[in-house]
Amino acid sequence: MTATPPPLAVHGLTLGYGDRVVLKDVAFTVKRGEIFIIMGGSGSGKSTVLRHVIGLGEPVKGAVFYGGVDFTTATADERNAILRRIGVLFQSGALWTSMTLLENVALPLEEYTDLTPGEIRDVASLKLDLVGLPGFEDYYPSEVSGGMQKRAALARAIALDPDVLLFDEPSAGLDPVSSRHLDDLILQLRDSLGATIVVVTHELASILAIGDDSIFLDADTRTAIAGGSPKELLAQSTDPRVLRFLTRGAEGAPGGRTNG
Amino acid sequence: MELTEQATFAVGSDAGNGALSIRLSGAWTLRRGLPSAERIEHEIAARRPSAVVFEVHELGAWDSALVTFLRHIEALCTRHHVAMHREALPAGVQRLLALAGAVREQPSVRRVSSRMPRVARLGTAALDLAANGVRTVTFIGDVTLATGRFVRGTARFRFRDLAVLVQECGARALPIVTLISVLVGMILAFVGAVQLERFGAQIYVADLVGVAMVREMGCIMTGIIMAGRTGSGFAAQIGTMQVTQEVDALTTLGIPAVDFLVLPRIVALCVMMPVLCVYADVLGIGGGAMVGTGMLDLTLPQYVHETASAITFTSLAAGVGKSVVFGALVGIAGCLRGMQAGRSSAAVGDAATSAVVTGIVLIIAADGVFAVLFNMLGI
Repeated sequence: MTATPPPLAVHGLTLGYGDRVVLKDVAFTVKRGEIFIIMGGSGSGKSTVLRHVIGLGEPVKGAVFYGGVDFTTATADERNAILRRIGVLFQSGALWTSMTLLENVALPLEEYTDLTPGEIRDVASLKLDLVGLPGFEDYYPSEVSGGMQKRAALARAIALDPDVLLFDEPSAGLDPVSSRHLDDLILQLRDSLGATIVVVTHELASILAIGDDSIFLDADTRTAIAGGSPKELLAQSTDPRVLRFLTRGAEGAPGGRTNG
Repeated sequence: MELTEQATFAVGSDAGNGALSIRLSGAWTLRRGLPSAERIEHEIAARRPSAVVFEVHELGAWDSALVTFLRHIEALCTRHHVAMHREALPAGVQRLLALAGAVREQPSVRRVSSRMPRVARLGTAALDLAANGVRTVTFIGDVTLATGRFVRGTARFRFRDLAVLVQECGARALPIVTLISVLVGMILAFVGAVQLERFGAQIYVADLVGVAMVREMGCIMTGIIMAGRTGSGFAAQIGTMQVTQEVDALTTLGIPAVDFLVLPRIVALCVMMPVLCVYADVLGIGGGAMVGTGMLDLTLPQYVHETASAITFTSLAAGVGKSVVFGALVGIAGCLRGMQAGRSSAAVGDAATSAVVTGIVLIIAADGVFAVLFNMLGI
């Protein structure tokens, strides 16, 4: 193998419901081991992009490639093989409420590995320990806090050691400190698992703290209007829409804030 | 790199310093499974080494499988008071081991699954039953108060919701009520025909079907149908609204959930049940007439005349009156279970199931009470 294909590449993605186009011509390439941010204001279609990237929606046009394999035209078997190599953290956690945290993490292992029940328990406990939830194996999702649910959902997402991890608004509903801890955890997992990470978020602090590369979606033009390292975008972008977003509305004054 | 090789390890002793060396080789991945660490435990217990070290020159691909295995060995080392040297391990593995051990388990966190003694469990069950009874009575009290407000016109709900619910409980239920009533009428006629033909009294099939449908089957069958399709729907909808905090949102606005959610549903059922009941009576008699005219050589005018003379206004009123009560019972059962639902997807399913069971039990029990009452009153 010479040039290994990127873990995730999106070409000319156009998304819509019926006749209504939500986003057009979105394209980006995620390099191995980097944290890629999909950012934009509310209603810019960030989460819609993620839904299509993980196959929960059919794009109107365009293609999604995982490791060089076209996901959009893949057969059901190929799709399953790809899905097994990606992990998704949903916005609300989406833990199965009728299962304990351990059972939540163990389910993918039970389905896709030949490990014995004892080994599955060990691996699932390891994942819960990795996200900082030792001892919470037998709790139900409703019995732990929102931040812990998010972390347990993260443990489920990394259960099968995915190549690509996709996060939908990981810090939604978390206090700044929990949100910061989650960011640190994402960085640590990236470094130790060597996974490639895609994060959909509008949390400015997260974007600047963890993002290696990014794409900025704009609700008005319904397309991507900027891309690159978030820090460089903040320093160098001349687009007022991007700057307004990255400075919380105060153009040219980083960290400032205005009303509305 | 031999990526295809099975994960194995060899145990040797480090010459001189008395350490146990574990040589890892092959691909250590979740998909290939893990070798058993039993031999290592045995070696550690038998040799009592000064330390455990690793050799990883032949190690191929690895993922959490290797980390899990190493954590197992780490636990063994801790138990036998042997040092484990991680330095030779790949940097990623060391980082994962460190991360997994970073948050210490809080001493009181872990659940101890202890089964309570039998007497204690019996006591808990009895207390739960009593608490459930109190909740049910409270709910019925709330509904009664809300009904009072409804009658005075001060209950807070939207008439548009009521209209939608009336449509849901009425028009939308017609197809299933049609099917069931015609079939029940036909079955009654069949069963009656076989017996009555022996006495040459076929004409009384019309009496049998008419009286049975109007007094009992019409209202009971519609009640059971509504418990199954509407009562469960109410429970699932209100239960989901509990999960998504929509009920809390109403409460914080100062709108009683019983007024806004429960009352219109019970009113809609009480209004539509008698209509459906009369409809079921007519169709059931129609089903009986199909069998009577088709199988028993009765003419339609004969059949209709005989039916008309058998049914009294009192029995019709009794059936319709019961259907109003059944409607209220189905509505109360559905809404009660929905309001009591726990906050998880499984709890919503339980609520729907329980609503149907409660609804049907209440209908049958109430029908028994009515039978006794009517008998005493001579109706």
